[in-house]
Amino acid sequence: MSALICLGARACGVFVLAASVIAQDLAVFGKRVHTVSGAVIENGVVLVKGGKIVALGPMTELEPPIGMRTLTADVVTPGLIDAHCVIGLAGYLNQPQDQDQHDPAAPIQPELRALDAYNARERLIEWVREFGVTTIHTGHAPLALISGDTLIAKTRGDTVDEAVLVPRAMVAATLGSDSRAEGKGKSPGTAGKQLALLREALIGADEHRRTLAAAGDDATKRPDRDLRKEALVDVLEGRVPLLVTAHRHQDISSALRLAREFGFKLVLDGAAEAYVVLDELSAAHVPVIAHPPMARFVEDLQNASRTTPKQLFDAKIPFAFQSGYESYVPKTRVVLYEAAIAAAHGLGRDAALRAITLDAARVLGIDARVGSLEVGKDADFALYDGDPFEYTTHCVATVIDGVVVFAGLR
Amino acid sequence: MKLVPWLCVFAWALPVLAQDRPLAFVGARILPIAAPAIDDGVLVIEKGRIVAVGARASTVLPANTERVDVVGKTLMPGLVDTHSHVGGGWGADASAPIQPSVRMLDAVDCRDSGLQRAQAGGITTLNVMSGSGHLLSGQTIYLKNRDVGTIEELCYRFADGSPMGGMKMANGTNSQQEPPFPGTRGKSAALVREAFVAAEEYRRKLAAAGDDASKRPPRDLANEALVEVLEGKRIVHHHTHRHDDVLTVLRLAKEFGFRVVLHHVSDAWKVADEIVAAKASCSLIVVDTPGGKLEAMDVDARSASELEKRGARELVAFHTDDWITDGRLFLRMAALAVRAGLSRETALAGLTLNPARMLDLGDRVGSLERGKDADFIVLDGDPLSVYTRVEQTWVAGEKVFDYANPQDRLWAEGGWGAGQARGGALCCLGEEEVR
Repeated sequence: MSALICLGARACGVFVLAASVIAQDLAVFGKRVHTVSGAVIENGVVLVKGGKIVALGPMTELEPPIGMRTLTADVVTPGLIDAHCVIGLAGYLNQPQDQDQHDPAAPIQPELRALDAYNARERLIEWVREFGVTTIHTGHAPLALISGDTLIAKTRGDTVDEAVLVPRAMVAATLGSDSRAEGKGKSPGTAGKQLALLREALIGADEHRRTLAAAGDDATKRPDRDLRKEALVDVLEGRVPLLVTAHRHQDISSALRLAREFGFKLVLDGAAEAYVVLDELSAAHVPVIAHPPMARFVEDLQNASRTTPKQLFDAKIPFAFQSGYESYVPKTRVVLYEAAIAAAHGLGRDAALRAITLDAARVLGIDARVGSLEVGKDADFALYDGDPFEYTTHCVATVIDGVVVFAGLR
Repeated sequence: MKLVPWLCVFAWALPVLAQDRPLAFVGARILPIAAPAIDDGVLVIEKGRIVAVGARASTVLPANTERVDVVGKTLMPGLVDTHSHVGGGWGADASAPIQPSVRMLDAVDCRDSGLQRAQAGGITTLNVMSGSGHLLSGQTIYLKNRDVGTIEELCYRFADGSPMGGMKMANGTNSQQEPPFPGTRGKSAALVREAFVAAEEYRRKLAAAGDDASKRPPRDLANEALVEVLEGKRIVHHHTHRHDDVLTVLRLAKEFGFRVVLHHVSDAWKVADEIVAAKASCSLIVVDTPGGKLEAMDVDARSASELEKRGARELVAFHTDDWITDGRLFLRMAALAVRAGLSRETALAGLTLNPARMLDLGDRVGSLERGKDADFIVLDGDPLSVYTRVEQTWVAGEKVFDYANPQDRLWAEGGWGAGQARGGALCCLGEEEVR
């Protein structure tokens, strides 16, 4: 780490922060600029106009216009993407009034929209932003068979409308212990019942879809509107993927079986025992949002491994990282920290960085906008004073859409 | 893992035998903690103790020494975790908020996989405690993290031979519940004061009776344990987060004269002056985000450096609070404190010698010094780097963790069966170790 450059970034940051709400033209310098989509640029610069990347290359070849605001750091990466979290719905105080990630009234509630629950001013959004996280896929928690939907947001903006990138990203389903109900008369109490309920719901939505199609333009023949079924029709028609959190190998296989039966787009989440069904996963072409490597190895994760990301990588299964859902302390994880552990457990720095930038963008279907440093993409950056994965490295600035949203030493 | 049956019987029948021939680890960078780093060093151990630490050039090896080449490695003392919940044990139950007679000795599963993961993280000494849902949840237990079959074999011992431990206490919101638990902070402190006042009375009666058994008060397990606290034998390990709760602990410790280590201390940075003035040891936790509960809303990794800035580096230690954080990530916690401004020296002392002293074990473990227990770890790089791996963990001269061993690697990385408790060697039915 270079103390000088670090101080430079801080001083600059203080200056920029004073009027940082509006996107400005920027020149971002880095000793190492990780484009992710292409080679690392040594002593590189990225030029920003109107919130977009307009040029990038080595300093020797690219001269920023005189007077352009500059940011400088040892390492520049694309803004990080947390591929699955509950930030903005599950607040950091962990009190009833700030917990909107799960309504326990019914096991299947796909009609609950993350858009109606996201608190753009939640402190944890600001917290992860200070580590370089610029995009989050967040929503209803993996605590019910179907807990609701998810959205994708930038980690800035005072309202959900300012923050949101994709208002309805996926519908969130969960198999295994976390969506099991306990007690007499409660359901689902077993894995078999979980799948039976999901199949019933999807078949109900399918019937709804058929009736709608048969009615055509004849309003008198249309069935009554049904928000729950309409949400699942979106899944059946491939407009939004079903995000299925499943850790045990048998639950993973059940998710794959369900996807084959109904033909929906499946994104597998968690997947602690993915390493025992790699062939099946690979054949199904299903992307995986891997559990945080530092997640507690208990219950459905008792066979979890920190080498799973490496094994997914070696099997060429597309994957990304998540900070996941936490019920207590810490109230969220930080996706940068999680990727670091995988990097150190065989995955390596480059693949780990890809998994929290471009690969995450691809899994989420937003790679045309974010995930790499390319001309035309959003000007989202994370700046560090050393290897981003090292425990003792600091994030020194975060830029979203050309706006410096953080400058300091985190 | 294959085991030769007779060897298996031997291992089962006898306590773990430390090597009887001196063993010298040669060529590593050695971090003795109590002394400056040695770049090309030698660590010599014999019969479970350290017999020499020094530069290779100036250290004379005893005759008959077996040499182990550790060039390129880093050696440091085994880590000391002042606050762990491994072993799946529950102490006090829901019947009362103050239960000094309950012992974690009677509750811990010494084969729990958490102890193995702690070994994989380099933790060689642990203070295993009951939870924070009580004002006082019982006697803690100080464990030497060896691979043995009974809890007694894991215990550190007081001078009188009894299992060594402290007393777990808590204030703040966790212990505020429905009656008979306290509903407020004022009530919490009042209940604690009542208990200690009663223990003082008990001690006075004991002293007055002297050797006359007929005058002694009836035996009372709770008061006996609290008398051990009043007399300083048992250190209070006090869960506390909010700034005012921290000061309440200091006030009670002063009133009754008990020795205390503050645990978690989320708001330490707010009351650092008061903590330093009271010379109160702090076992801190660094977590990835603030919050998760109201009293941790301002937890800040800068607490450690705030204490250090006030010249109180010896008051700083860290703990895993396993399962809040994982024993395999203990080095990481100190590194995150360095990220937040702490010196590397204090960070490493906060994982070793400082916490050892907070358990009254500073003369036995926590640094690499002649005469201390041969508890140390072998690392393949800087202890504060994410890329560094704990390669070996040694406890009392025995290697208890070796990354090269597939079974041990399972504890380190996870995988099929990693969450299950450690088995024993089921002898004489074949060569398979039963897990």
